[in-house]
This record gives sequence, C-alpha cells and structure tokens, in this order.
Amino acid sequence: MNETELMDQPAANAPALDAGTQAIFVDYLLHLGDNGLILGQRLGEWCGHGPVLEEDIAMTNIALDLIGQARMLLTRAGEIEGAGRDEDALAYTRDALAFRNLLLVEQPNGDFALTMVRQFLFSAWSYELYRRLTASTDPGLAAIAAKAVKEAAYHRRHSGEWLIRLGDGTAESKRRAQDALDDLWIFTDEMFEAQPGDAALAAAGLIPEPSSLRPDWEAMVERVLAEATLTRPDPGFRREGGRTGRHSEYLGHILSELQFLQRAYPGAQW
Amino acid sequence: MSQSRSEGPRSEGPRSEGPRTEWPLWEVFVRSRQGLSHKHVGSLHAPDAEMAIQNARDVYTRRQEGQSIWVVPSAEIVASSPDDKGELFDPANDKVYRHPTFYSVPDAVENM
Amino acid sequence: MTNVTGLQAGESAEEQAFQAKIDREERIEPKDWMPEGYRKTLVRQISQHAHSEIVGMLPEGNWVTRAPSLKRKAVLLAKIQDEAGHGLYLYSAAETLDASRDEMTEALHDGRAKYSSIFNYPTLSWADIGAIGWLVDGAAIVNQVALCRCSYGPYARAMERICKEESFHQRQGYEIMMVLAQGTPEQKEMAQDALNRWWGPALMMFGPHDSNSVHSSRNMAWKIKRRSNDDLRQQFIDMTVPQAEYLDLSIPDPDLTWNEETGHYEVGPIDWDEFERVVKGGGPVGRERIRDRRRAWEEGAWVREAALAHAEKRRQRKMQAAAE
Repeated sequence: MNETELMDQPAANAPALDAGTQAIFVDYLLHLGDNGLILGQRLGEWCGHGPVLEEDIAMTNIALDLIGQARMLLTRAGEIEGAGRDEDALAYTRDALAFRNLLLVEQPNGDFALTMVRQFLFSAWSYELYRRLTASTDPGLAAIAAKAVKEAAYHRRHSGEWLIRLGDGTAESKRRAQDALDDLWIFTDEMFEAQPGDAALAAAGLIPEPSSLRPDWEAMVERVLAEATLTRPDPGFRREGGRTGRHSEYLGHILSELQFLQRAYPGAQW
Repeated sequence: MSQSRSEGPRSEGPRSEGPRTEWPLWEVFVRSRQGLSHKHVGSLHAPDAEMAIQNARDVYTRRQEGQSIWVVPSAEIVASSPDDKGELFDPANDKVYRHPTFYSVPDAVENM
Repeated sequence: MTNVTGLQAGESAEEQAFQAKIDREERIEPKDWMPEGYRKTLVRQISQHAHSEIVGMLPEGNWVTRAPSLKRKAVLLAKIQDEAGHGLYLYSAAETLDASRDEMTEALHDGRAKYSSIFNYPTLSWADIGAIGWLVDGAAIVNQVALCRCSYGPYARAMERICKEESFHQRQGYEIMMVLAQGTPEQKEMAQDALNRWWGPALMMFGPHDSNSVHSSRNMAWKIKRRSNDDLRQQFIDMTVPQAEYLDLSIPDPDLTWNEETGHYEVGPIDWDEFERVVKGGGPVGRERIRDRRRAWEEGAWVREAALAHAEKRRQRKMQAAAE
C-alpha cells in the first residue's frame, strides 16, 4: 500500500484506551511523526546542493520517505487525539515546546559526513523500532510501521555504505566522519531512554520498551563502524529532552522557517 | 551507448588540469515487471557497484518502475561497429524462410 | 547556403549519406558517423538543457523548507528531485557524444556554458512556485515535446522519459495558482504578482525571434530542432492565455489581443533588451545561482574523492587476496 492509499483509508479503529494512556500514546505518535518531519526538513535543506547529482537524488528520496512517514503519523496522532487536528495543524501550529522529536534529528546538516552519520545513527534505530511496531496493537500504527520499516532499511543501508566509504576513504574523509560521530554520539542515548508513560504503552502492546532496541542497534553500529575503521566515541555528556519538549536552540529556527507561511497568513488554505 | 567510442569523431578542446574525480559511468538495466527482460534505461555515475545499484534505484525507479536492476560498467560494454552493419545484419534480410508468413497454410487449417 | 534538406554543395559522400538518413527520419545513434558540427551542436544544446535542469533546482529549492503544507512540501521535493533526474538523463545523453560530465560541469561553473536564463530570476513568494510550475514548466513542455522527435537517438529518448515524468509538474503549479487565486485577497494578489513577474521571462524561454536566431536553419535541417522559436512561443501563448482567464488573473500585457482571423493571440513587443542583459549579465540572481552550484561542487569534492579512494582500496585488497 502506498502513502496516499494509506492516508485515504478510513481511520483504523483506535484501540480502547483510558484517557491517560490515550494522551501518552498521542504524545508518542507525535514523537515518531516529529522525528520524520524534522529530519525530512533538514534533508530538504540539501536539495540542489548535494556533493554529486546522484546523491542529491538519493537524499531527496530519503527526505520524501521521512515527510511521508510524518504525514501518516501526525494524521494518526490527530485521529487518536480526536480534537480535529490534522497533519498540518500539528506540523504548523505547535511551538517548539510541544514538539517531541529526538534532539539528534534537529542538529544542523553540517558537512556531508555529519548528515550521513546522523542518518545512519537514526535509521539504524528507527529500523529496529518500526520492525517491532509492525506488531503494535494499534492497527493504524502497525500499518504505518510496515511501510516505514522498509524505508528505514534502505536509509540505513545507504547511509551505512556511505559511512564505510567516508571512514575508509581518504584521510580527510576519515577525519570528517570521525568528527561527525564524536559530535553526534551524545545524542544517541536519548533514543533508548524511556519516558514515564512508556511502560503503560508497552504493557498495552502499543510500543516496544525503548531500551529493548539497544542490543540490535549496537550490533549494527559496531559492525558498520568496524568496517568504516571509525572509533566508537567514549560515552560523554548525554543530551536528552526532545521527548519532553526541551530541545536544542536549533528547533526554534527550524520551525520559524517551516511554519512561516501558516503563521503569516493564519487560516489561509494552500 | 558505450562510453569509449571506437568510431566517430572524438571530442577535442582543452581538458582542464588537475586530478579528475569523476566517478565511472555505469549502464543501468531495469526489469520493470516479473516476466519481462531487463531493459536498458540509461546511465549514471557511481564509485562502485554497490553505490551504482543504489543510485540506479533512486534515479531510475522513482515511479515504481523496477523489480530488479542490473548495472554494468560502461567501459565493459563491447559494441559492434556501425561500419560492420552490412556484414553483420544484412545477410539476415534474405532469410525470409525464418518468418512464419513465408509459408502458406490453407485457411481451413486453424490455430497455426 | 543551406537548402531545405541541409545538403550543401561540396559535401562529402559521408555528409550526404548522413543528411539523407536524417531526411528519411532515421535516428542517429552514438557510434554512427556524424559531422563534427552536428556533434558539437548537440553537446552544446544537451548540456545547456541539463544545466537548466540543475540550476532550475535552486529557485524552487528556495521554498522547500517553507512550503505551506506537508503535501505541498512533498510534491515540491518530488518535483525538484525529478529535475535532478532529468539533468542526469541529459548529461548521460551528452556523454554518449564523448563529453564528460565533469567537463560540462566545469563549463557551467566558469561561465562558458549557458542555461535557461529564467532561473536567474528570484522566487520571492510562494506563488512563484506555482508560477514556475504553470508557466516555466508549461513552456518547457512545449519545447520538449518537439524534441522527442529529435534526430539524435539518446537525446530523443531522454526527452521522452522527461516528458512522461514532467506531466505532473505543470499541473501541480497550476493547482497552486488556482488555490491562491480563489483564496484570500492577499493570496490572489500574490498570484497576480507572480504572473506579472514570470510572464515576460517565460515568453523569452523560447529564444529570439526566428529572424534573429543564429543557428536555426541548420539545426532544423539536422532535426536537432523540429519547430521554430516563434512557432513554439505562439503555441504556449495560445495555451496559456485561457488558463489565466480561468484563474481570473490578468496577463501583464496591455497589447494582448485575440486575432479572430488567424485564431491566435497576439502579444505586445517582448523586451529583448532585458533578455540580452539577462543572458549576458546573468540577470538579477545569476551570480548567486552559479556561486551556489560551484560551492556545492567544491564542497563535495572530498566526498567524491573519498568514494573513489575507497573503491580503489577495495580493488587492491581483492587483488591481494587473490594473490595470496
């Protein structure tokens, strides 16, 4: 099923949840949707500026997949919330404090190495996550995950292959790739950090325990870093807070661009 | 569409100095549907075979055109020369007996 | 003097056979004999066309991060991605003529190669994205459909694929304009302003009047060009004026009239001085466009080198393994 077909489906029945769990689940769906939206937005900044034409096309493909995921996930969040907010209301009218994405995805593009390292660390995680979410007790989320897991597999493969080429390429590319890895590593713990409500969602079979993704993610990252001859950074200061709305300074700027037209012409149709 | 053309005019004019970093050219063949042959769809640049496959997927199957992809280094393609067209292909012209319409079968005989 | 078939007195037998083949509507393929002028003209035209696709990504890319809905963002990304793909198909077609993509890229960056000067105008509002799809892609399609019958096989095949893929580009642009034209007064004003700015440059996309076109007659004989500039421009005008009327937007041309006898719209004088200035001087944002392209290329050099270095390492390891 493609995106449009998925989106045109009548809303899959929402699982019966008590009000508290439902609110937490909406927040979790926003977390997934915002990851796709913000990373897709970042990749969109590359459009027309890639290092080679073929890679420009590849990065746009990834951006399109991520924006597509965001649309479905935000739509689902709106359905379950039941307050009449659609994908655009959620994407364009929330302030930074209400965004739930990982800090990793809002980090600036930097050079191509940074963009690929960010993509790899994220996609290796989102692959493991969506693989498990295909069994979610929310049929809507399970259907989205079935599509997203294939996309994430490709993103992981593409960025992983690049990491290997950059790490085991020239002295300059190795330095840049290692720098990127060192810069971004402090954002990786956040992916496995459970929020207070996650246990209830996991108990209802809606999501996996965040920490349960770690071993598979580690194995994949270790394998690729080894082949790329890159060194795993020491665990340093950990940065987290995305899921509670405590973002880095970058998110506000991303949103001021993303939301500009909707803010300048409130209520207009586009 | 071979990369190195053995025939025909060559490009002239100055080639700029400095190290070339152009990735090799690859020819791309896509099987659009199970049951069909791979068909030449175009070419692209890639540093190696794995990236050539990925680039081919991103460039040539953006609209669900693909089931399977082949990539071949353009330099590895051996093409017949247009000068040999006569000797290679004309002899087939007079072998009309290879075509079914060469034979007359009465209308009464069906399904042949 | 070139006559209608392109045959010239004193032509070699090869040249005559080549022209006869074209006159019979046979396609020329990469390894076939061809006059040097034919090859050079094609490389120039195809690479210009490719550069236009690539530079054309920039004015639209300017709005990707600000697209007003997620649907519009996805559509715009897909459209720009198509343009990268189309640039790639075209570079590939030129590469069958022994032009290397790197050399063509360098020619673009150091100003030796031209591209469509329409992309040297800035995109100032969201309506410009609509206007580019509607007018610029609309004009491009008129040109490109004619080129699907070009005598050079790889170019014609690239054009066919491009025409097929671009069919949504113009429609999405028109849809953007329609929503704006039927939206708030501010939105409608935005749409009219975009039309005002893009109409003239769109007409210029077809090139100078036939009477002033340098290469036309020979390229027509070679069937590199199938229809004249004025002919294509007229088709575009006849197509587009009613579309503007449907939007209730006005074409910014006080002299625009409908000629009952000929069945065509007639436009006022085109500002060829501006055209010349933009072609020669780069237009309002020509310098930025090339600067952006050059920067992307230069900043990507280490990436391209790294991938090649890695491929070489792999090759060496494989050879070593085989030797052991």
